[in-house]
Amino acid sequence: MNAPFEGIGASVRRKEDLRFISGRGNYTDDINRPNQTHAVFRRSDRPHATIVSIDTAAAKAAPGVVAVYTAEDLAAIGGLPCGWQIHSKDGSPMAEPKHPVLAEGKVRHVGDPIAVVIAETKQQARDAAELIAIELHDLPSTATVTDALKPGAGQVHDNAPGNVCYDWHIGDKEATEAAFARAAKVVKLDLENNRLVPNAMEPRVALGEYDRHTGDYTLFTTSQNPHVIRLLMGAFVLGLPEHKLRVVAPDVGGGFGSKIYHYAEEATVTWAAGKLGRPVKWTAERTESFMSDAHGRDHVSTAEMALDAQGNFLGLRVNTLANMGAYLSTFAPAVPTYLYATLLAGTYKTPVIYAEVKAVFTNTVPVDAYRGAGRPEATFLLERLVDTICHDTGADPIAIRRQNFIPKDAFPYQTPVALQYDSGDYFTTIEVAMKNADYAGFPARQAAAAAKGKLRGIGISTYLEACGIAPSAVVGSLGARAGLYEVANIRVHPTGSVTVFTGTHSHGQGHETTLAQLVTSQLGVPFSQVDIVHGDTARIPFGMGTYGSRSLAVGGTAMVKAMDKIIAKGKKIAAHLLEASVDDIEFADGSFKVAGTDRAKTLSEIALTAYVPHNYPITEIEPGLDETAFYDPANFTFPGGCHICEIEIDPETGVTSIVNFTAVDDVGRVINPMIVEGQVQGGVAQGIGQALLEHAIYDSNAQLLSGSFMDYTMPRADNLTNISVATENTLCTHNPLGVKGCGEVGAIGSPPAVINAVVNALKNYGVRHMNMPASPEKIWGIINAGRKAAE
Amino acid sequence: TVNGKSATIEVEGRTLLVELLREKLGLTGTHVGCDTSQCGACVVHVDGESVKACTMLAVQADGSSVLTIEGLAKADGTLHPMQEMFREHHALQCGFCTPGMVMAAVDLVAKNPQGLSEHEIREGLEGNLCRCTGYHNIVKAIDAAQPLMHARAAE
Repeated sequence: MNAPFEGIGASVRRKEDLRFISGRGNYTDDINRPNQTHAVFRRSDRPHATIVSIDTAAAKAAPGVVAVYTAEDLAAIGGLPCGWQIHSKDGSPMAEPKHPVLAEGKVRHVGDPIAVVIAETKQQARDAAELIAIELHDLPSTATVTDALKPGAGQVHDNAPGNVCYDWHIGDKEATEAAFARAAKVVKLDLENNRLVPNAMEPRVALGEYDRHTGDYTLFTTSQNPHVIRLLMGAFVLGLPEHKLRVVAPDVGGGFGSKIYHYAEEATVTWAAGKLGRPVKWTAERTESFMSDAHGRDHVSTAEMALDAQGNFLGLRVNTLANMGAYLSTFAPAVPTYLYATLLAGTYKTPVIYAEVKAVFTNTVPVDAYRGAGRPEATFLLERLVDTICHDTGADPIAIRRQNFIPKDAFPYQTPVALQYDSGDYFTTIEVAMKNADYAGFPARQAAAAAKGKLRGIGISTYLEACGIAPSAVVGSLGARAGLYEVANIRVHPTGSVTVFTGTHSHGQGHETTLAQLVTSQLGVPFSQVDIVHGDTARIPFGMGTYGSRSLAVGGTAMVKAMDKIIAKGKKIAAHLLEASVDDIEFADGSFKVAGTDRAKTLSEIALTAYVPHNYPITEIEPGLDETAFYDPANFTFPGGCHICEIEIDPETGVTSIVNFTAVDDVGRVINPMIVEGQVQGGVAQGIGQALLEHAIYDSNAQLLSGSFMDYTMPRADNLTNISVATENTLCTHNPLGVKGCGEVGAIGSPPAVINAVVNALKNYGVRHMNMPASPEKIWGIINAGRKAAE
Repeated sequence: TVNGKSATIEVEGRTLLVELLREKLGLTGTHVGCDTSQCGACVVHVDGESVKACTMLAVQADGSSVLTIEGLAKADGTLHPMQEMFREHHALQCGFCTPGMVMAAVDLVAKNPQGLSEHEIREGLEGNLCRCTGYHNIVKAIDAAQPLMHARAAE
C-alpha cells in the first residue's frame, strides 16, 4: 500500500488541530509563572483631556497591591515607536508625536492607559484600580477626519498643526488632469470605508518575567511577530539589547493584523517585572480590546474616473482622508499610502492615476492594518466606482470590466502607481466566477424572489492585491524602518526527522501543516517526521512574522532556500559515501542517487553520517545537517480574482440575506487546498461583516459607542451562508514555489461585491451608492421613503 | 465532579465557574473571549446542559457534574465524533473558539435526535462567535457529526 500523499497539493488534515480540539492549546493566558502578579490598567474614559492630578495613595494602600505606576515612574523609558515614515508632498517628514506608554499630561482617546496597578490577584488589582483618583480637564475632541480638519477643531497633538500627520500624493498629476480635460464623461463618487474592530477571539495578553540570576527578560505575548516586538520594545522603549530579551508568542487565537503592533501593555509588564523582580501578567477584557486594539479602515474618499466615449478608462483621480486615531501605531502610516494608493490600478489598464492622501489625527483608538490593510479600501473604491459608472452611463458591469482589464499578455505589467504585477489573468477568474455563480440565471432567480415579495440583487467585484510583503530595498525607499525578508532554519536530525524553525508565526493559518508539506515534498521526509517551530525568539534565529499574506511567499521561500543548502551538502556527503562525483549525484524522493545507477543513500543515512562522521569528507565539509536561509523577495506577489455576491432584501424589515457567494481567486500555487479554502471563507466572512454588519461608531465627542459585543455586530453563523470557493491560478514568477498568498483575498474582494449587490437590488429606489455597513435601518429607510413617495 | 473526578475547592463568592476551571483546576481548554456572555468560548456542560461558564458563579456549580473540553474524549484518548468531524472538515483555524464551539455543538446535536437542517444548525450556533472560519466548515462538521453521534447514542 502506498503511503498517503502528504506533499504540495494535498488537503492534509492539520497537525495543530489535535491539541486545539482537545483543549490542549497553549495560549498566552494559559501560561502562569511562579510568584506571578497581576496587572490592571486604569484607562481614560474621556476622549481628550488634560491630566490635572492623579492620586494613587488609596490604591497603593489597598489589599494585595504590590505597586501602582503612572507616566512619572516610566520617565526613563521611551515612547512606542512607529515603524514607517511617510514624507508629505512638500518633502517634509510626517508629524510623529510621541506615543507614551502611559499617558503623559494628556489623554487623547477613550481607553488611553493612565496608570497600572499590580497586585497579588487580578481581583485585587481591579479593585485597587478603581481607587485611583484622577482629575481631568476636558478638551475639545474629534472623532472623524472631517471634523478634525475643520478650522478651530481640537488639536490632538501640539506638534501636528491642524491635526495633519502627512499630506501625501502619488502618480502623475498633470497627465491625469489632461486625461480629465479630454474625457467624454467623468463619473464621480464620494464614499466612506467604515471603521472596524478586528476582534480576534483571543483578547490580548502580556506576561513579563525577569530572571535575577541572568538579568534576562522574557515576554510572553499574543503577537504575530515576536522578533519585531523584541526589536521595537528592546531597542526603542526599554533600552534592552536583544540578547537579554526573549519574546515568546505561543498559540495565538487569531490576529488579523491587530497583533502585529507593539502595544503599551507589553512594555509595561516587561518593565515592571524587572522593577519588581516578579512576573507580571495582564489579560485584556473584551471591553479593553475594543478601546485599545488598533482599529482598521476609516477612510473618507472622493473618486473620479475619466472615460472616453467608448467606456475606456482614461484616468483616475482619488482624494482620501485617512484616520490615524490618536497616535501612530506601528505600521499605520503605510496603510493608506503604500498599501492603498499603489493598488488603485486594480485589475485595470487605467493609463494615468493621481491620488492624494491626507492622514489625520483624531481622538480615537489608533488605526492600523486590519486584514487586507489598504487593499480592501482601494478595491471598495474602485469597484464601487466602476458600478457607479454603469449606473450613470448604462454600461454593463461585466462588459466594462472586461474592456478595461489588463490583457493576459501584458504581464509583467507596470502600473502608473509604482507596482509591477508579475502575473495574473482576470479574464479567466471572472469567467469561472460567472459560471460558478450561474450569473446568466440571475434574472430568473430575481423574478422568483420578486414573486415572493423579496428584492434580489447581484454584485460583482474584481480585485488585485499586492502581498508577500516585501522587498526590503523597495519598502526601505518608501519609508519602512525595517527589512521585510524572512528566515528559516531547517534542522535534519541524526535519524532523519526534521525540525523547521520559521520566523513566520501561525495564529490560525495552519503553518504547522502547510510548511511541513513543503518539507515532505522537497526533502521526501514523511509528514509525521516534520515539526514546525515558531513564535519564540530564543529558538528561532530571526524573523519578521506573519501579516500581508507573506508566510508562504517569503517564509516558505526561505525554507526552500535552506532545503537547497541541505540538499547541496547532502550531495557532497553522498558522493563521498558512494565514491562518485558530486556532479553525478541526483536527489529525488528523499534519496541521493548516482545518476544512471541504483546506488543510493537515503536522507536518513546521509543525516546519520553527518552527525556520526566516521567515514566523512571532514576536510571539505563540516559535520551536521542544519542550514539557515534568509530570503528577501524580489517583488510583491499579486493575487487577484473575482467575487460575485447575490443577496435578497426583505422589504418589510430591510434585512439583507446573502443567498449565494462565489469567490474565484488566483492565489498562485496551492500547497493545501483545504486550508486555502478555509482562509478564503474566513476572509469573505469578515468582508461580509464589514459590508453588512460591522461598524465602530464614535459619537461627535469621540466617545466609543460600539464598545462591546452587545453593540458591535459581529458576523454570526446565521448571518452568513455557505461560500463557494475556487481557485484559477497563475504562478508567481519570482519565487521558486510560484505561490502568491491567500490570507487576505477574501476580505479584499468581498465588500464591494456585497454592496454592488445591495445597490443592484435597490435600483428601483434611486440608490446610486451606499456606504457600509448596509444595515437594515438604512435599507428600510430607503424602501420606506420610496413607498411614501409612491403613495 | 469535573470531568468525572470529584473536586473540592474553596472559592471567593464572586469567582466565576470559568475562573475556577482555568485558574484553580488548570483546565485551560475553556477560554474567555468576552465580558458580556456573547462569544461562547467558555461553554462547558453542567449536569448535561451547555452553559457559558463566564455567566455562572463557581458556587452555583456546587454538587453538579461539569464536563469541559478536556473530558470530552474517551479515557483511552478516542476522540468524540464532534472533535473528529471538526478536524476532518477544517472547522477550526486559530482554535480559540473551538472548545466552546465543540461543547455547544455536542449539546445542540444531542438535544435534537430528529436531526437538524443547515439553517437550524446556524441558528443553534447563535451564541458562539468564530472570527476565523466564516462558520462554513463548522456547520459542515456539525452536520457530519449528527449521524455519528446519534448512532453512538443508540448503541
